[in-house]
Amino acid sequence: MALLEVDTLTKSFGDTRVLKGISFDMESGEVLSIIGSSGSGKTTLLRCLNFLETADGGSIKVDGQAVFDAADPSLLSPKAIRHNRTHFGLVFQSFNLFPQYNVLQNLTLAAMMKAKEDTPDFSKRKKEITEELNNRALDLLKRIGLSEKKSNYPCELSGGQQQRVAIARALMLTPRILCFDEPTSALDPELTKEVLRVIKDLKAAGNTMIVVTHEMEFARNASDKVIFMAKGIIEESGTPEELFTSPKSPLLKSFLKQ
Amino acid sequence: METFLSVTGKLAQGFGTTLALFFLTLLFAIPLGLLFACISRMRFKPLRFLMRAFIYIIRGTPLLLQLMIVVYLPGIAFDHPLTKWEIFHGDVALSYFCGALFAFVINYACYFAEIFRGGIENIPKGQYEACEVLGMSRSQTFFKVILLQVIRNIVAPMSNEVVTLVKDTALARTVSVVEIYFAASEILRLQFIIWPLFYTGAFYLGFSALVTLLFGMLEKRLSRYWR
Ligand SMILES: Nc1ncnc2c1ncn2[C@@H]1O[C@H](COP(=O)(O)OP(=O)(O)O)[C@@H](O)[C@H]1O
Ligand SMILES: [Mg+2]
Repeated sequence: MALLEVDTLTKSFGDTRVLKGISFDMESGEVLSIIGSSGSGKTTLLRCLNFLETADGGSIKVDGQAVFDAADPSLLSPKAIRHNRTHFGLVFQSFNLFPQYNVLQNLTLAAMMKAKEDTPDFSKRKKEITEELNNRALDLLKRIGLSEKKSNYPCELSGGQQQRVAIARALMLTPRILCFDEPTSALDPELTKEVLRVIKDLKAAGNTMIVVTHEMEFARNASDKVIFMAKGIIEESGTPEELFTSPKSPLLKSFLKQ
Repeated sequence: METFLSVTGKLAQGFGTTLALFFLTLLFAIPLGLLFACISRMRFKPLRFLMRAFIYIIRGTPLLLQLMIVVYLPGIAFDHPLTKWEIFHGDVALSYFCGALFAFVINYACYFAEIFRGGIENIPKGQYEACEVLGMSRSQTFFKVILLQVIRNIVAPMSNEVVTLVKDTALARTVSVVEIYFAASEILRLQFIIWPLFYTGAFYLGFSALVTLLFGMLEKRLSRYWR
């Protein structure tokens, strides 16, 4: 069974129809790249998956379980959303690290809040839980090559380092599907490389990921599947081979020529 | 002949009044400003509109005028002068002081409200969204992430406003509150000695310097790490 099933998702802002029925599936461990010109609805799609926007129609299933269904109000309650969004993680174009916390604290903050809520005897086990979370954060920092920056503050890091921290922060909560919205658009080519390196490492480790990107090289080499979006629909989708070597849609052809 | 000490003695009560007006204004205007800021950000439009209109009017008219209105309007318009209100038990000086304090609190609450609102609205949307996708609740988001950033945002404008308050306290003399400037000008009027006025100038200067220093320390502490 597919890990993620998105079925005819629609979303409008006022009179602007931004998503006009998006459907796709993903298997566990797959990397899906979404490409398309600006304004085609890529960000909105990721935001719907992460419950930052509420889609007007359609459904989202994880492991066959509906986590969103526009026709099922019980899934729209704040409590249901807070639970269901844990399946997804989102890495922003602009990092959005918390400036007043150091790298380690940025990683552990949300996990700590969650542990506080979920553990009945939290106050008794606080020390043990803190240690556990710190160790997990340190492990992640090692994986992204930033162990020595654990006590630094975001403003003391380069853009590439900040983005890697943001990725580790999202991974702390072990989402089933990690989404990236143009993770390297704010970075120069050198820093872009180090961030894409990390994403490729995550793929090798078996993470399921959706990456909205303008890095055609990356989409071509690192993804299992590519979706080309245009004007709120999936204009074409398939393997990187199919899309990049023999594109069918005229829109995709002209998009790739740029 | 007046000496430094004898003048200090004559001004002592004025000192006390100035300090009381300053600290009591801060004490009441900060929470009230917070309340005003919340109301002016409410989704309920009519109340939000009224609040913003009120703030606009208060900020757009002189504090001097507001002092006159608060202190004299009850007597002139409603034949019920402030000095005769039950709660003051015939203490005329107290009634003037409370009237002045009321005007100061309202005036400064409006200025603070705008500072607080700006401080809240300047937080990038991405900070809230990052918290949201990390599964944090609204209150966790506010207290763990947003609040400190808001405080950092408002330190500099608050510093300016509080320094202005130091000097504005001198306006209370216009409604018969014997604060330090009033006390010094009485010495000038009755004894033709001018230097006590400069004495008060030095007091305001020192007081402002202290306020600036304290806020500067707070700002430095808060921005040790970021931006
Ligand atoms: N909150 C919003 N309100 C109104 N329109 C929006 C909003 N968010 C996005 N849009 C519009 O939706 C369209 C798609 O935007 P977006 O999903 O950001 O595209 P992309 O990420 O592919 O560039 C754009 O025309 C944009 O102006
Ligand atoms: Mg976008």
